[in-house]
Amino acid sequence: MTERRLWSWLAVVLGGLYFLLPLVGMFDFSLRMQRDGYGFEAYRVVLADPQFQQTFGYSVALALVTIVLGILIVVPTAYFVRLRFPSLRPIVEFLTLLPLVIPPIVIVFGYIRIYNTSSVLPLTGSWWGTNLLILFGYATLSLPYMYRSVDTGLRTIDVGSLTEAAQSLGAGWARILAVVVLPNVFVSVLSGAFLTFAIVIGEYVFAALLNVGSFGPYMVWMGGNRAYEPSALAVVAFAITWACMGLIQLVTRFSKFSTVRR
Amino acid sequence: MTTIVASLPAALRPRQVLSWVGVAPFFLFATLFLILPTLNIVLGAFRNAEGQLTLENLGKLLAPSIRSAFWISIELSLLTAVLGCFFGLLIAAAITLGGLPRPLRNAILTFSGVASNFAGVPLAFAFIATLGRLGFVTMLLRQWFGINLYGAGFNIVSFLGLALTYLYFQIPLMVLIITPALEGLRREWREAAESLGANGIQYWRLVALPVLWPSLLGTLALLFANAFGAVATAIALTGSSLSIAPIVLFAQIRGDVLNDPHLGYAIAFAMILLTAIANAVYILLRMRAERWVK
Repeated sequence: MTERRLWSWLAVVLGGLYFLLPLVGMFDFSLRMQRDGYGFEAYRVVLADPQFQQTFGYSVALALVTIVLGILIVVPTAYFVRLRFPSLRPIVEFLTLLPLVIPPIVIVFGYIRIYNTSSVLPLTGSWWGTNLLILFGYATLSLPYMYRSVDTGLRTIDVGSLTEAAQSLGAGWARILAVVVLPNVFVSVLSGAFLTFAIVIGEYVFAALLNVGSFGPYMVWMGGNRAYEPSALAVVAFAITWACMGLIQLVTRFSKFSTVRR
Repeated sequence: MTTIVASLPAALRPRQVLSWVGVAPFFLFATLFLILPTLNIVLGAFRNAEGQLTLENLGKLLAPSIRSAFWISIELSLLTAVLGCFFGLLIAAAITLGGLPRPLRNAILTFSGVASNFAGVPLAFAFIATLGRLGFVTMLLRQWFGINLYGAGFNIVSFLGLALTYLYFQIPLMVLIITPALEGLRREWREAAESLGANGIQYWRLVALPVLWPSLLGTLALLFANAFGAVATAIALTGSSLSIAPIVLFAQIRGDVLNDPHLGYAIAFAMILLTAIANAVYILLRMRAERWVK
């Protein structure tokens, strides 16, 4: 027993070294911009860079709109599939898993071929079109996470009774979805949303190939042209990923407490 | 009026029609931004510039440069999948069966959730800052132990460097997927094996591994697909100096694709084929594995 515990500790310590060293290395490197010792110079330079502010702000806005679009598409679908079309379930599940199977670079390649300037729907030709296209692309990437978390959330509530109760009080579909269903699966929606945020904020391939000035291409550009700033950016990106995952844990724990109380 | 409504097929009743309106946006969206783009690529792979059916494009995949790019990609994905499975299993076994304190187990699972999502550009930066020419570990090894990594031929911008970097998201993914499977190993099975006189190795060889192997192989397939589709990490780490399949496709789309879009189609089609096979293997084996975890 003690021998097994010894081996376990060894595995965890070696694993810990492998996983912590890059984080330490990235943090250490990000502090070395000043010649006279450690300091937060790289962060100051990055945060003051107008390009950073612009691309980061753009990516945050894009992530938020993606989340809203994802909710608008996924929540009604998951709800109606559960309530009215159980037979559609395998098809919908298959479709929502496809973005994990088809590499994103292939999906965006398809977009460029279908929606280019010489097509029926020339989205890549205009500023609005390109933004719409990348928004739809990110919503597609978020489908697996959004659908699974919303569907899990719906499983824990009695959709049929809630719907009948709301209908008997005179609520229409839009009202049922917004006032009854959404608040009940809100915690699940939030986990899907945070995951989506973490994915969209630093996404590179879609943005680079659609020529969108978001945070991902900005990071790559910095990586090719600067020494210390990329590490500062990596620390920022890592902090965002941490925050998103931490928030998911937090809301899930919160929801567990609330269901116990009920 | 009511009799007419009642005699209509179920799908056409007003309520049902309204429900269809509820799911229609999803199907429209999936068709426009998932199915059609993918179909366009797949069909394009089998057509020439005049729109006739052909296998010529797929034949171009056999050109030495493309073939070697796919080969490096497959090697890289396979290597990181196998190593990711191995080390992931070790860590998962340590935190589930190794008698470590419970908070440590939870901390490692949370960290795995973060690390498996910490892919892409920032991950590449972290590894450059650590194992690059002036990286933290490179300098540490030189100053404290007199080991010159780069003198010994190591370079972060290489197959090995890329593999080391990929493992940073491969191992945690394995930990996340295999931990529930390990927790599904019942204590009674071990006790039963021990009461029949089995030692630890025999228990693993004859009981635990036969139960676990569908999960292990399935996750191996998933990790393979996971590494195969990763583009951003590779581009941020190597620029385009290491030509793996997704980077070749990236370059094709960016520049050369106007010269020969059908070669791009063929590369993309081959990528879909490989990741689809890997995912199908994962799903099939997962269904097999779930027979035991109930």
